[in-house]
Amino acid sequence: MIHAKDINEHTPLEDLTPGGEIYEAGTARDFNTGTWRTDTPVFIAQACKHCMLCVPFCPDIAIPVKDGKRLEFDYMHCKGCGICENVCPFAAIKMVTGGEPI
Amino acid sequence: MSNCLSGNEAVAYAIKQINPDVMGAFPITPSTEIPEHFAQYVADGEVDTEYVTVESEHSSMSVCVAAEAAGARSVCATSSCGLALMYELLYIAASCRLPITLACVNRALSGPININNDHSDSMGARDSGWIQIYAENNQEAYDNFIMAVPVGETPSVRLPVMTCMDGFITSHAVENIELLETDAVRKFVGEYNPENYLLKKENPLAVGPYDISPYYMEHKVMEAEAMKAAKARILEVAAEFAKISGRHYGLFEEYRMEDAQLALVLIGSSAGTAKAAVDKLRENGVKAGLIKVRVFRPFPGEELARALANTKAVAVMDKSEGFSANGGPLFAETRSALYDLKDRPYLIDIVYGLGGRDLKTEDVEEVFGRLAYITVTGETGPVYTHLGQRQRRR
Repeated sequence: MIHAKDINEHTPLEDLTPGGEIYEAGTARDFNTGTWRTDTPVFIAQACKHCMLCVPFCPDIAIPVKDGKRLEFDYMHCKGCGICENVCPFAAIKMVTGGEPI
Repeated sequence: MSNCLSGNEAVAYAIKQINPDVMGAFPITPSTEIPEHFAQYVADGEVDTEYVTVESEHSSMSVCVAAEAAGARSVCATSSCGLALMYELLYIAASCRLPITLACVNRALSGPININNDHSDSMGARDSGWIQIYAENNQEAYDNFIMAVPVGETPSVRLPVMTCMDGFITSHAVENIELLETDAVRKFVGEYNPENYLLKKENPLAVGPYDISPYYMEHKVMEAEAMKAAKARILEVAAEFAKISGRHYGLFEEYRMEDAQLALVLIGSSAGTAKAAVDKLRENGVKAGLIKVRVFRPFPGEELARALANTKAVAVMDKSEGFSANGGPLFAETRSALYDLKDRPYLIDIVYGLGGRDLKTEDVEEVFGRLAYITVTGETGPVYTHLGQRQRRR
């Protein structure tokens, strides 16, 4: 059985799976989809009260949480939608133009 | 055992004998009786099937897609606009390589709205990646549905199968047919044991992921290869089926073709009418024959070319208007298949029977008359024509 990590853009069709099915879970973690971003959220840590409102609103899983504190954005998966900035009650998230955080 | 059943009853009975895990059920004329009769089997506890009633055919096929991906053998029935509403899901089922079995009771597509038979519904789905097998009569509708299950579920195939029969003509007419014993059917179709499925807890599976350009083409070629592989498997399953039923099926049926000079190529119940016309012409010394295409997808192009190689003139009878302005879909496939022959017969297309317009034996004789005239004059005249419509002579 072939695993997602062993499939890439050079894999011949004989080694691909029928219908592109993937025989494991959570493989989205392995793919850098942050390159889609045209706007980028910047985390202003000193303004953050760790209310955790941004975390469930993130349509991806781009706001990691550890020990009750939200951490820096996971820019490998953040698409730059800006919902987090919109829901943040403390102006602790600021969207900037472009794919890279400034 | 011999029974008097309509085509719909026969297919519902086949499904009962198969005892599938899931049925996505939504009614539409003329296929309504299939889920209706089957609902009775469910209510009477004669099957273990999860009978899922939904609000549309988009959902009935979605149920089948999800259930089949989960590892459940799933079936469905529909007609006409119902099939059209499934259109998106037909491609999903085929591209996810989910061997669902669907009874398509052929009915004209709207519009104008019409509930009677032609093949415009399933012909519209001919390029969706589904295997398509057409029945001439109730017996074939029953047999085809049973054979469809092991064909589609074959690991090298893994494609959904649409078994088609003519609406009302076949679905509602009652005929004597031979039914197999239920034990024999269950043994024939066996258990559905896909290697991977969503409910296999030891090995999580993702189905239908987004397929970017560097992968899509490869997956489509794999799907195309599966459709090619289906041809041999259909014949193998037919051979196995002959052992338990005594009934023999090929990719198409050749009727009085051994020395035929004039031939028809057609699909479905019209073959019965056309066979009567062929018999009558044969009595009068005309070397007439016909080919009834049973398997339209995968299309038996090479086999059909061989079967028609020694004919002089062929009329392809299309029971759907493809609006290509160049002939119907069966004609396009047949003409393409004959292109590689060194000596090709003359070929014409007759679009007929739309929206339930009757085809009579005299109509078929008239078509053979045209073929005879073509062989004498060497002129086909208009290649793409219609039969049976009221029209001023031009």
